[in-house]
Amino acid sequence: MSKKSNETSYISARESRRISRENQKVIRKLDKRLSRKRVPESEYVTQMHDKNNVVEFDNLHTYFFTDVGTVKAVDGVTFNVPVGKTVGIVGESGCGKSVTSLSLMQLVQRPTGQIVEGEIRLNLGDKAFDVAKMPIEAMQKVRGNVVSMIFQEPMTSLNPVFRIGYQLDEVISLHTPEMSPEAVKARSIEAIKMVGIADAEGIYNRYPHELSGGMRQRIVIAMALACNPRLIIADEPTTALDVTIQAQILELLRNLKNEINASIMLITHDLGVIAEMADYVVVMYAGRVVEKGLANEVFLDPRHPYTIGLMQSKPVINKMVDRLYSIPGSVPNPVNMPDYCYFRDRCEQCVERCQGLYPPEIRVTDTHIVSCWKYYKEGGAE
Amino acid sequence: MSSAYENVVEVRNLCKYFPIKAGLFGRVVGHVHAVENVSFSIKRGTTMGLVGESGCGKTTIGKTLLNLTPKTSGEVIFNGDTHLDMLKGKSLRDFRPKIQIIFQDPYSSLSPRLPVGEIIGEAVREHNLVPESEFDAYISRIMKACGLFDYQKDRYPHEFSGGQRQRICIARAIALNPDFIVCDEPVSALDVSIQAQIINLLEDLQKQFNLTYLFISHDLSVVQHISDTVGVMYLGNMVEYADKAEIFANPLHPYTQALFSAIPVPDPTVKMNRIILEGSIPSPANPPSGCKFHTRCRKCQAVCSQKAPRTMDMGNGHTVACHIYDPESGYENA
Ligand SMILES: Nc1ncnc2c1ncn2[C@@H]1O[C@H](COP(=O)(O)OP(=O)(O)OP(=O)(O)O)[C@@H](O)[C@H]1O
Ligand SMILES: Nc1ncnc2c1ncn2[C@@H]1O[C@H](COP(=O)(O)OP(=O)(O)OP(=O)(O)O)[C@@H](O)[C@H]1O
Ligand code: SF4
Ligand SMILES: [Mg+2]
Ligand SMILES: [Mg+2]
Repeated sequence: MSKKSNETSYISARESRRISRENQKVIRKLDKRLSRKRVPESEYVTQMHDKNNVVEFDNLHTYFFTDVGTVKAVDGVTFNVPVGKTVGIVGESGCGKSVTSLSLMQLVQRPTGQIVEGEIRLNLGDKAFDVAKMPIEAMQKVRGNVVSMIFQEPMTSLNPVFRIGYQLDEVISLHTPEMSPEAVKARSIEAIKMVGIADAEGIYNRYPHELSGGMRQRIVIAMALACNPRLIIADEPTTALDVTIQAQILELLRNLKNEINASIMLITHDLGVIAEMADYVVVMYAGRVVEKGLANEVFLDPRHPYTIGLMQSKPVINKMVDRLYSIPGSVPNPVNMPDYCYFRDRCEQCVERCQGLYPPEIRVTDTHIVSCWKYYKEGGAE
Repeated sequence: MSSAYENVVEVRNLCKYFPIKAGLFGRVVGHVHAVENVSFSIKRGTTMGLVGESGCGKTTIGKTLLNLTPKTSGEVIFNGDTHLDMLKGKSLRDFRPKIQIIFQDPYSSLSPRLPVGEIIGEAVREHNLVPESEFDAYISRIMKACGLFDYQKDRYPHEFSGGQRQRICIARAIALNPDFIVCDEPVSALDVSIQAQIINLLEDLQKQFNLTYLFISHDLSVVQHISDTVGVMYLGNMVEYADKAEIFANPLHPYTQALFSAIPVPDPTVKMNRIILEGSIPSPANPPSGCKFHTRCRKCQAVCSQKAPRTMDMGNGHTVACHIYDPESGYENA
């Protein structure tokens, strides 16, 4: 299918103008709500469904209103991040992992990118906020203090024209304005050392382009950890690092997590890292969650055909194969999602029901949930 | 490129130092020894994997090979006689597309103001590689091979996810029909299924066009899969080099051993038996005396901090720079 809808995805200039006009209307309305000032807290205060979660994503939809149509980057995502636990998120490149986490930070590219539906309940201890309803102004206070993010591409969070030290100082003094400049500098240098970089004082004075890819990534990690957040979102934190430093950084994240009982949302393609770090695993495909469960359940008993394909694709050390397995076909065009299972056209295990609507969530165990018709039993689903 | 020479590229005693500047007037106060005395060669149609600690100089090697940053000293020779830094004018313009690099950080290497189709096609047009009438079809074909779609041609880089941007970089390099590609972490931003797809693609292209790769990656299972030979670097030096099968079966250098022991396994029930490296990575601006690894080595002896180890040939082209394997070093093997 994906082939067909791709070919017919050509859009005339007139059509594009019409889409563009309609987008403007929607965007303006949504963006206005976000930019409001002095909104009473009561508008976005909410209740956690379970006090033991630090975040609950509930049916989140984040769309991009582009001139060729609406990109449904996140299309109904539901999962929880329990306090003090690590949730690993895996999935096809482009399936919406980064957009999901950016939604929580309200950093989705505005104005084209907007949360259009659903809730993101964020637990602040004494109260809870629904991030999806929060205006930007209120969100700024939460960012960094409660939730901090390690971005996938380090250069997005480093400014090329400022020295490393200046940028770290800024983050720290923003968080603790009462600190003296000397103390702030000492704290920055300590943070650089913490991520395993020798010559911290030398690096303090360098510019981002003078560091190697992995060193930049570690600076970004140092920035995110400097403020003791309750939740750390780590988007591919260690892909730019060699395995020995990776081990060191993962250890650092784990210690920090235990020390301040923080939670981690870990997004990575490295199934080895997920296996090592995560308590829970969420598997995403084309903007939706297709499988979730305890790490052991998902790794040892993967159910969704996509998850199974993913596990097969990974080259494993000392297990030589001639050619790597790769799931045939490709993701559907996000502007043109079908109404049946998004994986159907690539699936090698289709059953008759797959011709019907998108599959419901099916409980394998109390914690292990999969969205696939193969596991559907009459009267047994949900 | 004529294929008369067995080695596509030969690197001899390559050094690259970056000046460290300080103060208002940028006085040079020292040098980062990013690459020091590195020699290797890559046979036509093969892949050399390059691994090592972050910051050890892998990207710098890739860039100096292509003369994107000028080298400090040493030689880089393509096809037995071509010195890139001596080519000028037309001969340089003709040679350029033959050697390509896929950069580590796709975000900073893509122009934000060009649509993706243009990014991929820009150099193709510039070098007149395909007739204008076939241009569109050609770009579509390349994009498809890299897992991108036609409908994405008019979109801009910021509208893509990290992994999709990486595929744009790969498409851009492949579109020029090169002979030699430096792949700097080409697949680490991709999910394993697309990673497999791209690796298979690189391998197919290699078979088809007898391409040669320098493949830089931290993912050792990927390196093991794709490489024919593997070089291991530490702090600017190549500390070990051998055929893939040999080095994975029989890693000799203590750093290589530590590196291989840290590979994560996709199974939550496996408990790792890691060699944890003590201490932090020394600064390449001020490297330790003697063997640069001695500050973190489990097997370090007095001699290690006094003199730099020689590179020993252990047979079958397996070389290692460590005193343990040098009978004349004064290292006492128990
Ligand atoms: N600014 C934007 N405008 C339009 N579409 C966008 C924009 N940003 C992201 N998208 C689209 O949203 C989808 C999800 O992107 P996202 O960055 O969340 O992917 P991801 O799961 O993080 O992938 P990767 O693993 O490759 O980083 C992609 O299809 C992407 O093309
Ligand atoms: N333009 C520059 N000016 C000064 N120093 C530099 C410059 N570029 C790189 N360096 C330094 O040279 C050393 C090697 O950097 P390089 O980028 O080659 O490392 P790498 O092996 O690719 O690491 P990674 O795996 O983290 O990408 C690093 O210490 C880095 O700080
Ligand atoms: S020379 Fe000495 S310090 Fe260096 S790797 Fe060998 S044993 Fe270790
Ligand atoms: Mg991403
Ligand atoms: Mg690099």
